Amino acid sequence: MDILTIARGPIFAFGLAVFVLGSLWRLIAILRRPRMPDLSPQRAGAPSKLSGALHAIARGMWPRKEFGQTTIVASLNGYVFHIGLVLVFFGYAPHIAFIHRLTGLRWPALPDPVMYLSAGVSIISLLLALFYRLTNPVLKRISNADDIISWALVLLPLVTGMAVVGETSTVILARDHVIYGGPLAVHLLTLELLLVWFPFGKLMHAFLFFFARGATGIRFSHRGVKL
Amino acid sequence: MSSAASGEVRLAAAMQSFVSEFGVTSALHLESCVRCGLCAEACHFYITTGDAKYTPIYKLQPFQRAYLREASPFAPLVRALGLVKKPSLADLQQWQELLYDSCTMCGRCTVACPMGIDIAELVKEARHGMFKAGLIPERLALMDRTARQWNSTATPGDDLPDILAEAAAQYGVEIPCDLDQADILVTAAPAELGDHTKALADAAKVLNHIGVRWTMHQSGFDASNVGFNNGDLDLQERLTRALIDTAVKIGATTILLPECGHAYGAARWEAAKWYGAALPVRIIHMTEFLDELIAEGRLRVNRIGMTATFHDPCQIVRRGGLEAAARRVLSALGLELIELRNHGVTGFCCGGGGGVVSNQRAAPLRQKVFQMKKKQVEASGAKRFVTSCGQCRITLEMGAKLTHWDMPAESLLELVADNLTD
Repeated sequence: MDILTIARGPIFAFGLAVFVLGSLWRLIAILRRPRMPDLSPQRAGAPSKLSGALHAIARGMWPRKEFGQTTIVASLNGYVFHIGLVLVFFGYAPHIAFIHRLTGLRWPALPDPVMYLSAGVSIISLLLALFYRLTNPVLKRISNADDIISWALVLLPLVTGMAVVGETSTVILARDHVIYGGPLAVHLLTLELLLVWFPFGKLMHAFLFFFARGATGIRFSHRGVKL
Repeated sequence: MSSAASGEVRLAAAMQSFVSEFGVTSALHLESCVRCGLCAEACHFYITTGDAKYTPIYKLQPFQRAYLREASPFAPLVRALGLVKKPSLADLQQWQELLYDSCTMCGRCTVACPMGIDIAELVKEARHGMFKAGLIPERLALMDRTARQWNSTATPGDDLPDILAEAAAQYGVEIPCDLDQADILVTAAPAELGDHTKALADAAKVLNHIGVRWTMHQSGFDASNVGFNNGDLDLQERLTRALIDTAVKIGATTILLPECGHAYGAARWEAAKWYGAALPVRIIHMTEFLDELIAEGRLRVNRIGMTATFHDPCQIVRRGGLEAAARRVLSALGLELIELRNHGVTGFCCGGGGGVVSNQRAAPLRQKVFQMKKKQVEASGAKRFVTSCGQCRITLEMGAKLTHWDMPAESLLELVADNLTD
């Protein structure tokens, strides 16, 4: 069994299992914590809990102008690498083919140049994020190992993915065998590292943001506060 | 008991309290931080000092460590591998300044957080453990002891009739005290029982004007719940119960809160917690009371016809939902509102909330925040400066005095009372 077969087979299965089970464990354990219901009377005319939660989730998607002046670069950088990562992961034709093999789901791919640009911009954006983290006094004060590990494990698949890209998607997908087995295996292994780390570190915010914002939205809308 | 053993007991009490706070919402919020640091840019203490230790999420570090070790989904793994250091008593002592002196629980950071983490609420929960460990600033501890004895930080209930009688005589209004039956139980903030008795007279003027049965009462009169700020849950419960039990005893259907932000936070949103069921009375802040009376046509006021700016008290507006109510009252008064650059849910705190106003050692820090507020008020160009929280007014008055600033923060209630028409 060659390294690519192992990376595509048992190690991928392991990574996926840790990702799914670990994420579920963390999420369920949090949601099973004791609930402390708010028994105070709701503000007259306040929206429903669901509406309050959804509003807060949606409102959190864009920055407030009141805080924008001092945080504009950091905020924009956050948008850049999040959007870049989503585009690369879900828009690149070989990734869609990979997901299709696993799940049977597929969707139209984005053009290769868009993907190369997205990956390149994401890498630059992540480097900028690291620069902030290592130089900004606030970020230096609050950062811990999770920040560096998570940063590295997000960057690695991008870099190793770029290293594999030597041909267009059409050419890669038309071929019935992989010619860059080693580099592709490395790319997959970095993805698997990311999957294994995901439930344990701050990358879980990809799921948690929904609940965290929603809980605050419920609390504030109950009081008639318009966030 | 040796000091080391005593330290262990205090630490254990803090940890036990911390763990009891980790419900689902707190857990979600403690789990969700991505350490982006945006909360710092929302905090008046960070903005005015530039000191990274005032980053709001950093103020929660020991609380967060307690969570990760004791209650998080991977807590056994965290402990077994020693991934997170257990908070020590020395850590908690070090963090006392961050949790009490440099956090007003104003919640501006909550609004700024892209993950929606309610940092202000977490600070309040962390204070519960700090109190259990005996780690609150001495001035606040003194107030706590006073309130435990008197149910008020200002005066024992026995003195209330005399205070009210004096205020009634001074301002020429009737202020009922200890009536057996009334529809509204009226409460006060501590300063109103001392230097600011005009606020009592103003409330009386409005209530007498609309002709309702109301009273103040020795058994429950001070609404500014010092237990809420200090983290003393037992006291918070006791002070809350004193108000509600008194209201029930005299058949009141409404408890009217004074112009006090933390009174509103403690009573309006947390009182039901102690009853475990719907409250038998309605709890209402002075601002919404005035707003309702004006809207119903029961209260008519002269139009002042000047420009004014408004300081939004955090617990009443950002965490209380009364942003529009205060503005409707200002409008009824014919005041042309010129908003501060930061207002409403993103307005800056006065710098004295959460007990900081009473915490003398925090005065230099508080003063820096005042300077920022002063600049915003001056930049508005408004002729009048109004707010609806007595504690904010005291904080702003102290700042104004130190800087010889001739722009007094006026009370919304006072403006209404002074401009009543038939």
